[in-house]
Amino acid sequence: MTTMDLHPASIENVPQPDFSKPLPSREGDRVIQFREALREAMSHEMRQDERVFLIGEEVAQYNGAYKVSQGMLDEFGPKRIIDSPISENGFAGMCTGAAMAGLRPIVEFMSWSFSLVAADPILNNVPKMLYMSGGQFGCPIVLRGNDGAGGQLGSTHSWCVEGLFANVPGMKMAIPSNPYDAKGLLATAIADPDPIFFLESERMLGDKAHVPEEQYYIPFGKARLAREGDACTLVSFGRPVNFCLEAAEKLAEEGIEVDVLDMRTIRPLDIESIIESVKKTNRIIVVDQSWPFAGISSEVITQVCERCFDWLDHQPVRVNTEDVPTPYAKGLEYAYLPNPERIADAVRNILP
Amino acid sequence: MTQAATANKGNSKPRLSDELSNDTLLGWLRSMQLIREFETRTMQAYQQAKIGGFCHIYTGQEACAVGTIGSVNHDDPVVLAYRDHGHALARGMDPKACMAEMYGKAAGCAKGKGGSMHMFDKPNHLYGGHGIVGAQTPLGTGLAFAARYEWEVLGTGSKKVCLCYLGDGAIDQGAFFEAMNLAALYSLPVIYIIENNGYSMGTAIHRHSANSENLLARGQAFDMKSVKIDGLDILNVYDQFKPLVDECRDLQRPAFVDFKTYRYQGHSMSDPQKYRTKDEVDEFKAKDSIANLLDHLMNERECIDEDSWKAMRKELAAIVRESVEFSENAADPEPGELYTDVYANPQPNLSPTAEYRHGAKNPLL
Repeated sequence: MTTMDLHPASIENVPQPDFSKPLPSREGDRVIQFREALREAMSHEMRQDERVFLIGEEVAQYNGAYKVSQGMLDEFGPKRIIDSPISENGFAGMCTGAAMAGLRPIVEFMSWSFSLVAADPILNNVPKMLYMSGGQFGCPIVLRGNDGAGGQLGSTHSWCVEGLFANVPGMKMAIPSNPYDAKGLLATAIADPDPIFFLESERMLGDKAHVPEEQYYIPFGKARLAREGDACTLVSFGRPVNFCLEAAEKLAEEGIEVDVLDMRTIRPLDIESIIESVKKTNRIIVVDQSWPFAGISSEVITQVCERCFDWLDHQPVRVNTEDVPTPYAKGLEYAYLPNPERIADAVRNILP
Repeated sequence: MTQAATANKGNSKPRLSDELSNDTLLGWLRSMQLIREFETRTMQAYQQAKIGGFCHIYTGQEACAVGTIGSVNHDDPVVLAYRDHGHALARGMDPKACMAEMYGKAAGCAKGKGGSMHMFDKPNHLYGGHGIVGAQTPLGTGLAFAARYEWEVLGTGSKKVCLCYLGDGAIDQGAFFEAMNLAALYSLPVIYIIENNGYSMGTAIHRHSANSENLLARGQAFDMKSVKIDGLDILNVYDQFKPLVDECRDLQRPAFVDFKTYRYQGHSMSDPQKYRTKDEVDEFKAKDSIANLLDHLMNERECIDEDSWKAMRKELAAIVRESVEFSENAADPEPGELYTDVYANPQPNLSPTAEYRHGAKNPLL
């Protein structure tokens, strides 16, 4: 990673992660929840670097609305684990200023849906500050929180912001699908000097898996091949990666094996891994939990057409959430999401 | 006789500003006149289409930038709205870097990527002019947060005060209320300076803000010390503002200032000013802050005369003229600069079309 000393004045920079170091094994019996993996990444970075602090609604005394920050107030105290009022525009903007001045804020949005009232600081200031100051002031900030539908929260609380926000240059966007990646990607996010939009899912916070105790840094822009096959390439981001894996299980019973690529980050987008897989399978389906119009799936498919069109034996296909506001009723919400059945059907439909 | 005693010969009551040295006040006069001269040239360059985009002229309000910035330390952070040339100069930005920025040249303070509304100067602790009305107010809260955090948690800094400027048009923005609430809640050292020139673009204050005669109530609502300052008299600015700075620094608390001032030009260069009368403008020009200070220095302190004032103006005019000539002849940004300063850590595949990289060093760094 390039180290750029943005704020050399009075505060020492921490060393940047060494990405040449191999990642620890995903196999093991240290099974913890997704939320604990996030907490471990934050706590480790906070121990390493005093400039890092966590702010958000209910993160301190309440121990986190979703218990991600449980116990952190006890360890780091109220000056670094800070309860905010319900005032996203205010505290996101405040942290933008703090980041310009050299601190490394982690801003927890209880839901990314609530970040919309902070659109001016997070879209107009955070990603553009380095550019419009001619390289003088960067914005090393991590904005994180729950993204996506799935808990019957209705239209206003179910935003998948990736389609909307990834459009803006100057930001990076990470979206883990499992506890192991959650820890490694968040660690990288906090260490990175650029603004990171980090998308979690309330529906996954209780997911359990082996997570190594040591801190490790998963490089941005490197997808993980979560399952291997040659019939079709499934590309996905965040929670729907798990739906793809479920669909793949079902398809395997029918003798259909697919590649499932967990992209891990949206910006940067590991297009090389997608191309490599498409050259093998000649078919691609992009599974994206945001809306289809001008979204992430559109972007991936455009890049595939630009870069490996001749390798396709079938037009690219996308499986998105349905193009309607998020419904409340359980059945409707399930049908709205890119669920395993819809994904498996899409695969069956494009096979010869 | 001491200087302080001579300074106050026309007044019976001693003033804090009496303690300011003649050199300091001559420096302020110089700074105010520099801004006025600079803005005159800016308007000319804009009319000649050398400067593009939006351009907001500071003429008339000089005592605010110079008096308030003159009351703080150099490492106290400053953040601004888009009417920002005056503060940038008052903070010590090289007029060449300021003018070149408006000309869109590589030698500009933001390498030609910001323009008139985005004057940033890191060595002078200037965290930018900001274009969206009120957007800089949470940033100011954040700069104060960082200052307090550095002092209190990291133990690396001294107690600082952030100056956060906004126009009266910004006081209606929700962001400002949130910014004030957070500053008061966390007890952060930021002073919100409302440069109240009476107009939000073309809408008079009584037409854009409820209870506009009593803006202090808004600061008081958050238990902030709230002060109204007549901003046309720079000595009065110092008399009232300096103690406030000291208090905010010492107690690490926010404050609110309703700073009464007046802009002589329109909101922006494209403003026909049909919302106010020429008489009103003339009435304020008669109370001009530069003329006020000059009068004090000539007739009370007797530290400048007509000849030296003329020489000062001539010298400043030459400095500004040089900044224009410099900007005329300065190089455009390299085409490749389009893709730099987007990321501090550029990586592959951040964009389907752009390859980001590190750019030329900013001329101010």
